[in-house]
Amino acid sequence: MTNTAPAHTAASSNRKWAIGFTTVVAFFFLLNKFVLPEASGQVQKFFNAWFSLTSMAEIMIWILMALGLNIIVGYAGLLDLGYVAFWALGGYVAGWLMSPFLSSFQINFFGNARAGLEQGIHFHVFLVLILGGVFTAIWGIIIGGPTLRLKSDYLALVTLGFGEIIPQFMLNGADIGGLNVTNGSQGIGGLDDVNLFGYVIGTFALPEKFLMVSLMAGAMIFFSIRLRDGRLGRAWLAIREDELAASMMGVPLWRTKFYSYAIGAVGGGIGGVGFAILVGGVYADRFNFVISIIILAMVVLGGMGNVWGVVVGATVLAWINSIGLIQVGELVNNSFGTDINFPSYQFLLFGLLLVLMMLFRREGFIPEARIRMVMNEEKTEDLDKVSDETKIASN
Amino acid sequence: MARLNTPAMLKINDITVGYGAITAVKGLTLEVREGEIVSLIGSNGAGKSTTLRTVSGLLKPKSGNIEFLGEKIDGIAGHEIVAKGICHSPEGRRIFPKMTVDENLDLGAYLRKDSAAVKETRDHVLQLFPRLQERINQKAGTMSGGEQQMLAVGRALMGNPKLLILDEPSMGLAPVLVDLIFETIEEIRKSGVTILLVEQNALAALRIADYAYVLESGHLKLEGDGSKLADDPAIAQAYLGG
Repeated sequence: MTNTAPAHTAASSNRKWAIGFTTVVAFFFLLNKFVLPEASGQVQKFFNAWFSLTSMAEIMIWILMALGLNIIVGYAGLLDLGYVAFWALGGYVAGWLMSPFLSSFQINFFGNARAGLEQGIHFHVFLVLILGGVFTAIWGIIIGGPTLRLKSDYLALVTLGFGEIIPQFMLNGADIGGLNVTNGSQGIGGLDDVNLFGYVIGTFALPEKFLMVSLMAGAMIFFSIRLRDGRLGRAWLAIREDELAASMMGVPLWRTKFYSYAIGAVGGGIGGVGFAILVGGVYADRFNFVISIIILAMVVLGGMGNVWGVVVGATVLAWINSIGLIQVGELVNNSFGTDINFPSYQFLLFGLLLVLMMLFRREGFIPEARIRMVMNEEKTEDLDKVSDETKIASN
Repeated sequence: MARLNTPAMLKINDITVGYGAITAVKGLTLEVREGEIVSLIGSNGAGKSTTLRTVSGLLKPKSGNIEFLGEKIDGIAGHEIVAKGICHSPEGRRIFPKMTVDENLDLGAYLRKDSAAVKETRDHVLQLFPRLQERINQKAGTMSGGEQQMLAVGRALMGNPKLLILDEPSMGLAPVLVDLIFETIEEIRKSGVTILLVEQNALAALRIADYAYVLESGHLKLEGDGSKLADDPAIAQAYLGG
């Protein structure tokens, strides 16, 4: 009875959240696919302003990213300040493998090249997703391998550098020994449309694209939960709580941290591919340090380690970022006749939010179940008190 | 009690260990034989915990070596030492406070693949410490110090050790609980586990031990049968507050 109770509640709470997530996704998909095109201009305007599907799809990418970083920061307790590098790397994999850009090749492997643009590499989207994950995992290995033997502060520094170097490389990679690797600041555009079993998702088929990235985010949620509840998740948690004790239990420290770094990187890579498909290209100037920090803020605000907390954190911050500030600003300006440029206060607001959270709700919007339970449970002190008294007496 | 005539399980040969420029243990040699309880006593800073950490692979000796069942184990990683059969219940318990008792015990068996055997060990541990059974789904951090200590010992036993290292198991506990812990240590030994015990509670540690080593500022000061040392007036004066 008591033995199964916590597991049972965890499972049922997961189910509730999963149903909620699915409902929201289904609602916005059906709304935009079938209802809005027929709806009155007023209704269309409202939804396009407050819940534009482009932004909703981007939120799904942010969720993917935040969950990937959550594996590194939330599960294993390693600080990564350059997660944007994985986003960029994943994006360029999509740019290289499903566009006419690498025109010295002409490879079509179940790809969907546009008519007249058959040069370049055109792989099937599933293959690109896998290769994007593998490619970023390799970079995770290159960075994490040597660094994870150091104390975690050094990892933070190295990742910070990595997060700067990769985007800079992409920005300046138009001429590397005469080779155009990244097309520099122009980026790589004109990605192939996704072809799923004969069903082509066109460039402007937003509802379908939204559904696609939502499915990716959903899969990431699923894997995150499975990972957390498995043997590896337990080992990560042990390391996060007490590295020395974990080692004494036989948890191989370096290898376990290394897995978290590599698996977290895969999340970033797949998110990068998804984002590139979503916007139809990959552009270097989008990948800056601020992105790393925003993703980190999503994880921290949502509740480090809690999958659904991070989903909420990512949704809220991404929504504020892309829609909330503009819309709320307009509302305020229109109602009070003011002329305040709200989006320019974005970082003031973020800073304020972080400070307030650290003051009043340090464990995040939705704290990880373990932390919540420890905070609420009463400590059994029956025997300790006696021992404290005897200590005082014997001194 | 006197030293057993069994083969040596753990042999520490003339190790010197330090942190940076500070040398914490100088030229220590000791031996634990199969089936024994060996106590390592000494005051604060004598080098007891340093010695244990070296055995557990958390520190590397600057010179000397450590053998376990005839195999050199100094310098290999902590988790490999656990795999060889040395489990450590660390000083200050260091249980995982945000995990349940159950999850803590699970982690103790992290390297074991045979789930039937793990279940058997688990039953044995819960039988040794019925209190843990009562609290099986409670977060370990919310338990009392005595319960946490039981968990720390139980967790170490979950690794099915050949050699169990106990670092200050009675620290900060009420006298009733100290007795309970020492009784349990005897019981664990009876189940076939060899024990290396480090204690500040020297008298209890000597009484229970077959053989004991006394450390003083990193050096081996004395060694001998546990009961003999317990009755030695010189020891009593120096370490037992007598």
